[in-house]
Amino acid sequence: MDPRNFNKFYFAPIGATTMSHSKAAGVFIQDEPRTDWHDETLWFVREKRDKAVRQVPEWEQLRELASGIKDHTLSNLDNYLSAFEKNALANGVKVHWAADAAEHNDIILQIIRENNVLRIVKSKSMLTEECHLNPFLIEHGVEVVDTDLGERIVQFRNEPPSHIVLPAIHLKKQDVSQTFHEHLGTEAGNNDPQYLAEAARIHLRDKFIQSQLAITGVNFAVAETGGFVVCTNEGNADMGTHAADIHIACMGIEKIIPRAEHLSVFLRLLARSATGQPITTYSSHFNRPRVGQQMHIVIVDNGRTKQLGRPDFRNSLKCIRCAACFNTCPVYRRSGGHSYHTAVAGPIGSILNPNLDMKANADLPFASTLCGSCSNVCPVKIDIHVQLWKWRQVLTNEGYAPTGKKIAMGGMAFVLAHPSIYRIAGKMGRWVLRSLPFITNNKTLNPWYKQREMPTPPKQSFRDWYIKNKR
Amino acid sequence: MSSRENILQAITANKPSFIEPPIIEMKRAVLSSTEAVQQFISTLESIGGKAVIVEGVNLIRENLQLSRDTGAYIVNTIPMLGEVNDEITTATDAHSLEPVFKAYIGATIGIAENGAVWIYESEMKNRLVPFICQHLVVCLDVNKIVPTMHEAYSQIDVAKEGYGVFLAGPSKTADIEQSLVIGAHGARSLLVYLIAPVLK
Amino acid sequence: MKVGLFIPCYIDQFYPQVAIATMELLEKLCCEVVFPLNQTCCGQPMANSGFANLDKGCDKNFVNNFSGVDYIVSPSGSCVLHVKEHLHDEDESKSLQIRSHIYELTEFIVDVLAVPNITAAFPHRVGMHVSCHGQRGLHLSSMSELVAPTFSKPAQLLGMVTGLVLTQPKRVDECCGFGGTFCVFEEAVSAKMGKDRVSEHEANNVEYITGVDVSCLMHMEGILKRQGSKIKTIHIAEILNSMEAVTVSN
Repeated sequence: MDPRNFNKFYFAPIGATTMSHSKAAGVFIQDEPRTDWHDETLWFVREKRDKAVRQVPEWEQLRELASGIKDHTLSNLDNYLSAFEKNALANGVKVHWAADAAEHNDIILQIIRENNVLRIVKSKSMLTEECHLNPFLIEHGVEVVDTDLGERIVQFRNEPPSHIVLPAIHLKKQDVSQTFHEHLGTEAGNNDPQYLAEAARIHLRDKFIQSQLAITGVNFAVAETGGFVVCTNEGNADMGTHAADIHIACMGIEKIIPRAEHLSVFLRLLARSATGQPITTYSSHFNRPRVGQQMHIVIVDNGRTKQLGRPDFRNSLKCIRCAACFNTCPVYRRSGGHSYHTAVAGPIGSILNPNLDMKANADLPFASTLCGSCSNVCPVKIDIHVQLWKWRQVLTNEGYAPTGKKIAMGGMAFVLAHPSIYRIAGKMGRWVLRSLPFITNNKTLNPWYKQREMPTPPKQSFRDWYIKNKR
Repeated sequence: MSSRENILQAITANKPSFIEPPIIEMKRAVLSSTEAVQQFISTLESIGGKAVIVEGVNLIRENLQLSRDTGAYIVNTIPMLGEVNDEITTATDAHSLEPVFKAYIGATIGIAENGAVWIYESEMKNRLVPFICQHLVVCLDVNKIVPTMHEAYSQIDVAKEGYGVFLAGPSKTADIEQSLVIGAHGARSLLVYLIAPVLK
Repeated sequence: MKVGLFIPCYIDQFYPQVAIATMELLEKLCCEVVFPLNQTCCGQPMANSGFANLDKGCDKNFVNNFSGVDYIVSPSGSCVLHVKEHLHDEDESKSLQIRSHIYELTEFIVDVLAVPNITAAFPHRVGMHVSCHGQRGLHLSSMSELVAPTFSKPAQLLGMVTGLVLTQPKRVDECCGFGGTFCVFEEAVSAKMGKDRVSEHEANNVEYITGVDVSCLMHMEGILKRQGSKIKTIHIAEILNSMEAVTVSN
């Protein structure tokens, strides 16, 4: 089945049919105090990141190294994947390859059916979100329990995560309290995060102990060892995998790094960039299944090889999913993750998603002021804002620009290429603003004027002044 | 053609020309061993854990015994601390481990910059133990603290055993409004004993 | 030295006082300033909207106007960055010559003219707005995201102005939300960003907000005026060219 149908299904609770980013952002901002709260909460994470990275004097050198390791890996990815597979097989791990989301989902369903599994837990994996695994399994009568606290919250609410590291960051504790009251029978109106997290701990402990199969993501897969690393703070990946008889780890092809020593660079960068912690609580290194356990790795393409073939965009595959670009992005903080209508939101999502579906995601590269803060916080030095600019060109060339914009830009380009026409237009523009302000001072026709005054037009342009005074 | 072949061929066709890997060489401030220990202790504290230096293992032995005297299910995996819980093997299931109140586990090294310790699977007896216990106690030779992750990876062999973990502090979450809650799914507390030689 | 003054289209049309101040300032600093009369725009509005392919005519006009000067200087970091990164010509040697000799005003004064002091007086409390393209694109100042020494070319120059008290907003270098056509296509986020910038300056009790980019200032001015605020926006060239309370000693 076309995964885009899941997209519609999945995102249905938040916006019926998919709204463009600007429209969804407009809805989000209508509640201004809540927008302020969202902005400040994420800015707080950015500040924690700043504080953490300033304690590492060699920070910029680490970023450079990480970027270099990833560039190297992408240039030799086929060989590293083959080596990883060989070593993983030797470790007693079963390796599967999935061309796309549908195949990824089918592989997992097949493992579930072959082993007659009924109880499944899943720790956070953005890849399974990207593939819309949960709705797929539900359609096939299989229930998965998300075990990351934030993911469990949004799962109860039938919402997608709004942030790849902090899935429920769009919700306030009152919302969580209400949700837990409905689903877990917690005390109504008790908004204490400690109390709510404890309720989730008790509820999920039971799920862990009962689980037969655990699904995790992969943060890093090491070619030379065939092992992989999963990072969490809550300990849910470990509780799930070590309790279950079957462990399925899902990874995009870009998660490979060549050697174990490279982990030192990435683990120094990841948590500091993500949350400002010096390292996540658990950085678990899986090499072999424990006695009696099955361990599977699903290696997924889903558009990544295509992105690898786009020279301007291939280095987006260096991403380690830390979400630092989300937290620093002034647009993300004020529009919320759901306005990006994709599994991976934020600036990085805006350069990854057009590769998957240009038409559906044509709005995303425009959801940015190109301020460049994203590129500066990126621990693997992806030139995110440059790629946003380049995607705009690609989308326009491929015909995904709205007609009105095309006409306006065409007209503008013509005027600006012809100095004499430009001077007449400028004079007319200033005259219109001065003499007929109601034309521009119109909140429906002129979005600028909704919340901002127009500049006061002077009688003469600088050029007029210059000719009069300087020549 | 299988997806495997398709994917590998697409990569071969689409990848950029070969780029040399960088050499990991870092100019860093040199830490004395005392500074490294102090940094380890303060960093671990900042992430919700606690580390104390003890001379020899007598105090730990006493504390282990005191805990056991309460009747709670205490798991010890370190022979020099006293009786080891041999009922726990790699095959012990989650139901049997769920009641573990406190676990004593050895670690191979500690890292000053992030307060993490490396624990091999063999040190935990069963992969679940450090996670499923309510409280975790880790014992580490005070001389085994290295400044950063680079030294850590050069001193351990991550692929030697089936599983191993860098563990830094107690389990935590900030998923509700970024409010820090200690004790998400794993251990609610972490105490690291840094064992120094007994002074005569 | 011969300096070609590049006045971006919207400054020419709406903010001639900024262009005048830039010209006078450069002349004070002993530059021979010429203003090529047939200049229009750098082409950024089209390119940032995804229509860089429409920029040929604009680029050609730019090259025609600005070939043959020693330096090109402009009071707009954003437009300078666009030219530096994206100007093309059939004869690329011409565009490359321009791209490597175009400067934003404050970087030109600090890096090329390297003047030890500027005679200016502006006895006011002024909030510094850091414009993204000037900062992260042209590296006019250090960036809060990086672990690197702090510096600011615009602030260095403002430090030479008698009587001026410079303040920084709480978030020292967050974007104002203008973003070219972003300000209309993403109206809600854009305006919210602008409001938030302005309120941080208000908290500092500033009389003016200044910066190196008129576009950001125009955005914040629109918001300030709508709110009926007493705070004014002023381009850095106007301050550096100001002699408000003439008690300056050399």
